[in-house]
Amino acid sequence: MIAKRIFGSDAMAFWFLAGLFIVTVLVAVLNLATPEDAALHVPTYLVALLGKYLCYAILALSIDLVWGYVGILSLGHGAFFALGGYGMGMYLMRQIGPRGVYGDPVLPDFMVFLNWKELPWYWLGFDNFLFAMVMVALIPGILAFVFGYLAFRSRVTGVYLSIITQAMTYALLLAFFRNDMGFGGNNGLTDFKDLLGFNLQTDGMRVSLFAASALALALCYLLCLWITRSRFGKVLIAVRDAESRTRFMGYRVEGYKLAAFTLSAVMAGIAGALYVPQVGIINPGEFAPQNSIEAVVWVAVGGRGTLVGAAIGAIVVNFGKTVFTGVLPELWLFALGGLFIFVTLLMPKGIVGTVPQLLDMLRSRKAQNAVAPEPPKTEASTPAGE
Amino acid sequence: MQIGDVTPKPILYVDGVTVTFDGFRALNDLSLVIAPGEMRAIIGPNGAGKTTMMDVITGKTRPDTGTGTVAFNGDVDLTKMDEAAIAQLGIGRKFQKPTVFESHTVRDNLQLALAGLRKPFTVLFAKETAKEKQRIDELLELTKLTESLGRLAGDLSHGQKQWLEIGMLLAQEPALLLVDEPVAGMTDAETAETAELLVEINKTRSVVVVEHDMTFVKALGVKVTVLHEGSVLAEGPLDQVQANERVIEVYLGR
Amino acid sequence: MVILTLSRLRRFCLIAMAILTLAGAGAIGQARAQDVQEALKLFAGSYDDIQKGIEALAVSGQPTAIEILQALSDNRLIVGADGSLVYKDAAGALHDAATGAVVAAEPPGAKPVRANNRIRRAAEAALGQLTLVSPDPAKRLDAALSVFKSKDQTSLPLIETALARENDPKVKTALERARAALILYGPGEEAAKLDAVKVIAAQGNQDALAMLTSAPTPSPAVAAAIKDAAEAIEGRLALWSGVQSFYYGISLGSVLLLAAIGLAITFGVMGVINMAHGEMVMIGAYTTFVVQDIIRTSAPWLFDYSLAIALPLAFLVSGAVGILIERVIIRFLYGRPLETLLATFGLSLVLQQAVRTIFGPTNREVGNPAWMSGAFDLGGLTLTYNRMWIIVFSMVVLVVLMIVLRRTAFGLQMRAVTQNRRMAGSMGIRTNWVDMLTFGLGSGVAGIAGVALSQIDNVSPNLGQGYIIDSFMVVVFGGVGNLWGTLVGAMTLGITNKLLEPVAGAVLGKIFVLVALVLFIQRKPRGLFPQKGRAVER
Repeated sequence: MIAKRIFGSDAMAFWFLAGLFIVTVLVAVLNLATPEDAALHVPTYLVALLGKYLCYAILALSIDLVWGYVGILSLGHGAFFALGGYGMGMYLMRQIGPRGVYGDPVLPDFMVFLNWKELPWYWLGFDNFLFAMVMVALIPGILAFVFGYLAFRSRVTGVYLSIITQAMTYALLLAFFRNDMGFGGNNGLTDFKDLLGFNLQTDGMRVSLFAASALALALCYLLCLWITRSRFGKVLIAVRDAESRTRFMGYRVEGYKLAAFTLSAVMAGIAGALYVPQVGIINPGEFAPQNSIEAVVWVAVGGRGTLVGAAIGAIVVNFGKTVFTGVLPELWLFALGGLFIFVTLLMPKGIVGTVPQLLDMLRSRKAQNAVAPEPPKTEASTPAGE
Repeated sequence: MQIGDVTPKPILYVDGVTVTFDGFRALNDLSLVIAPGEMRAIIGPNGAGKTTMMDVITGKTRPDTGTGTVAFNGDVDLTKMDEAAIAQLGIGRKFQKPTVFESHTVRDNLQLALAGLRKPFTVLFAKETAKEKQRIDELLELTKLTESLGRLAGDLSHGQKQWLEIGMLLAQEPALLLVDEPVAGMTDAETAETAELLVEINKTRSVVVVEHDMTFVKALGVKVTVLHEGSVLAEGPLDQVQANERVIEVYLGR
Repeated sequence: MVILTLSRLRRFCLIAMAILTLAGAGAIGQARAQDVQEALKLFAGSYDDIQKGIEALAVSGQPTAIEILQALSDNRLIVGADGSLVYKDAAGALHDAATGAVVAAEPPGAKPVRANNRIRRAAEAALGQLTLVSPDPAKRLDAALSVFKSKDQTSLPLIETALARENDPKVKTALERARAALILYGPGEEAAKLDAVKVIAAQGNQDALAMLTSAPTPSPAVAAAIKDAAEAIEGRLALWSGVQSFYYGISLGSVLLLAAIGLAITFGVMGVINMAHGEMVMIGAYTTFVVQDIIRTSAPWLFDYSLAIALPLAFLVSGAVGILIERVIIRFLYGRPLETLLATFGLSLVLQQAVRTIFGPTNREVGNPAWMSGAFDLGGLTLTYNRMWIIVFSMVVLVVLMIVLRRTAFGLQMRAVTQNRRMAGSMGIRTNWVDMLTFGLGSGVAGIAGVALSQIDNVSPNLGQGYIIDSFMVVVFGGVGNLWGTLVGAMTLGITNKLLEPVAGAVLGKIFVLVALVLFIQRKPRGLFPQKGRAVER
């Protein structure tokens, strides 16, 4: 019970934000203000790595908003992430200017290589940072809106929705592989030089990007927190638990789903945009369906339906991935696959849902039946077709 | 439209509705008129079309017979509206299996059901008003759930869930309530209490109850409609219906 | 510009040479017997003489010319001190060059006729022409076709000669076409050229089209005839390529059907989302590899039966893995499709990595048995045997499965459990067992698909991944729980894909299909052949 209070909603939000703030400040100070050979120095590659994790955490948050709260399992959120990334990538490409290998003042190298004479219309305006940032949010948002409008209006739900979201990202994967699309084909966009005139490779820029990611995560978290606590959020949960009841109550479920889905896509897009300058490349591989499914598993590991859980899951799993692929690369897929199975079978509530339960169990055992423990409520597993 | 000419305007008017699934006639030329303030019990064997009838009235299933065949309040055509619109119009539906929002508290369940705000953006910025609070308290009182207001609906007993769902229906302030097997799985005492509750509700609203339990139907003491194979077999007071030869034949077999 | 001029110049030289040779060939033809003697004598002389001898021999019509020239290239041609010429055949027997009669011994002072590369080349070229009159019809056909392609004007008299004595209708046609090509590209009369256009047009394929469109047009009449003929051929080719695309579509459709049909059972009938379905296919393909590997090392004569052996094994292996998965994972997740999806996706990663660890990350070689390789022509189509057999095979699998589902006790129990689990259970059906076996069946069928796909796709750990999205699309498009729907879905997707391919390109075509599918599912969420009624709404 005590554990529940500690992990209970508001305290958890506070500790999450406080922790995020402290880590961000520490990392920034330890990278910039300590000499490279100091024991506590945080090397720059680590800053970029942590920044990458934070972007993944935003993506996980966006997936949790639709999966954890509305019950929409999107297997295509990687597409929104990648689209945001491409938006940022286009801006960064335009920033290269005449410093490319071919030295063309306007055209990115790959266009010169393809013998293109002028910039395609959809690249226009991306030299302007503000315009690019608007697009980063708008393009995933519009795609999600159109896709969601069609899907929710005709009441495509559950597995069917998951499958078509997967088809969506797969189609985009194929499309972006094509050179004719004008997004660099196979190689994607890379060789970025600077952002807003600052060199991307400097420590200061790395730390700034990391801090920006942390700030974005905090803001997205607060936004999601506010939404899920509002009556709107309660309707979302109602849709998740009993969609037709909600409908017969007079709520037009499609609108709620669409709003959540679109907002979630925008968040994923922002995450992608922050991700690209930190890893230095965006290519069609980001659209791979497997990426989207992996991101869903971060949420499952952390605890779906708890915002902090999503973020923690993304960070924990990716940290594990970094360690694992460094030490035993051939075993990583075993570990990841095993994690999928383990979490869905044995830990359906994820870390954030399970840890307090365990703590409670320990405490109640210590309390020696001071309070009669409630019988564990097992989720009814109704067989298919009933 | 002659519907408008009927006096007093019926709250629900179903006129010769047919619904087929894959060649199977779930409803076959079904007609039904419910007067304002009336309570009607609908009985019938399995597969008689009771649930399909509810689906048609609440907009979940479209009748084959086209528009204008299901009307609310005399002149509102329900066949052109979706579930949400029909619900907002004032038709509430209770499912056979109690359906409440299990991961919300009892209080939140009622709050969500309150008539009024339904649009996403207004709901996003909604704050609970004093009037809403008062209504929620009344409903908690009525459904005897005041003490459980903070519990998760999923933790309630079966009977409590049924009552919570009825409370949620009332929160919608419907003019017409469709109630599907409200006492299935209830104890005798709960059944009697539920009958009382429905009679109480009927003082301000029209009610259509689908039920198998004859003692319950008897306790309601209202006009009964017997459905069979998708159409009305008999209609009238319970004793009269029970004496009807065809009804006996259908229920007991030849 | 320079290149253009050069090529023009070269063409002019060629034509000039052709005319000269033609004149020469005609002259030699008149005094044949004597010339053969003269030609044979030249082989005793210098390289220049030998070359002249070869050229003379090539157009002499001498019956032993082929043997002589071959012997020359292989250093088996022997010249005596007196200039008499004999050759050793491949078996080592000696023959007189002029008559071909067997001789007992080499002439006195015998030594091999000298040959350098120039001589060998000349001999090769001469042989190429001479095969037009070879006794083997297949060789004659090849020679005629190669003349058709090369349009070597010097061959014209030989073609005429060959044509006059040709009896084989197939070779005759080829010769006529070769002659027509030479006439069309040569300096002939307008009337002859018009006839030639007709002959080539009758051939009606891509070669003919290329031949016609690049032919010189000395007169407007010829140009017009060529234009008409080319248009006719183009129309015909477009039609055939349409038919060919359609056939490819059916072929792709049957591949999709094979990949999806197991899924139609596990997803369609049981409602279980098995993201590791593709890996069941992959396991089937690897089973084929292992079977072939064992056969190669221990019983090579069985190779042509390797697929027949692999089929039941693949069914059993994939089916067993499927049953294991059902018992260990899926059983606990019934009624929670999204969780099943995630767990089985994890499983697919594990299986892929396991196969990668055991068999290595690269493609493994799975061979085609003789009856699966090669191709045959049907009208304007080229059909490969492996594609054709896969179409046949997919239909057989479909029919067998339908029989299993509709006519066997197991099928009945399966349908009973699907429709009303509790009722089936209370009637004494062991629903657990039915679940397990149904999943095993679906997985086993995926394994069988793997055997077939090993014949046309790379057998690698990623084999299954390539099919999983398409398979789901097929099942969802066709409508869940309906094998006919799966068939129609697979064929529609396959054919649409292949018909779009020539218009939009392979990738874009596929994207169109995906987008169209997504839109379709949003229009009709339950697919082409939806199950109706209340049971669906749960």
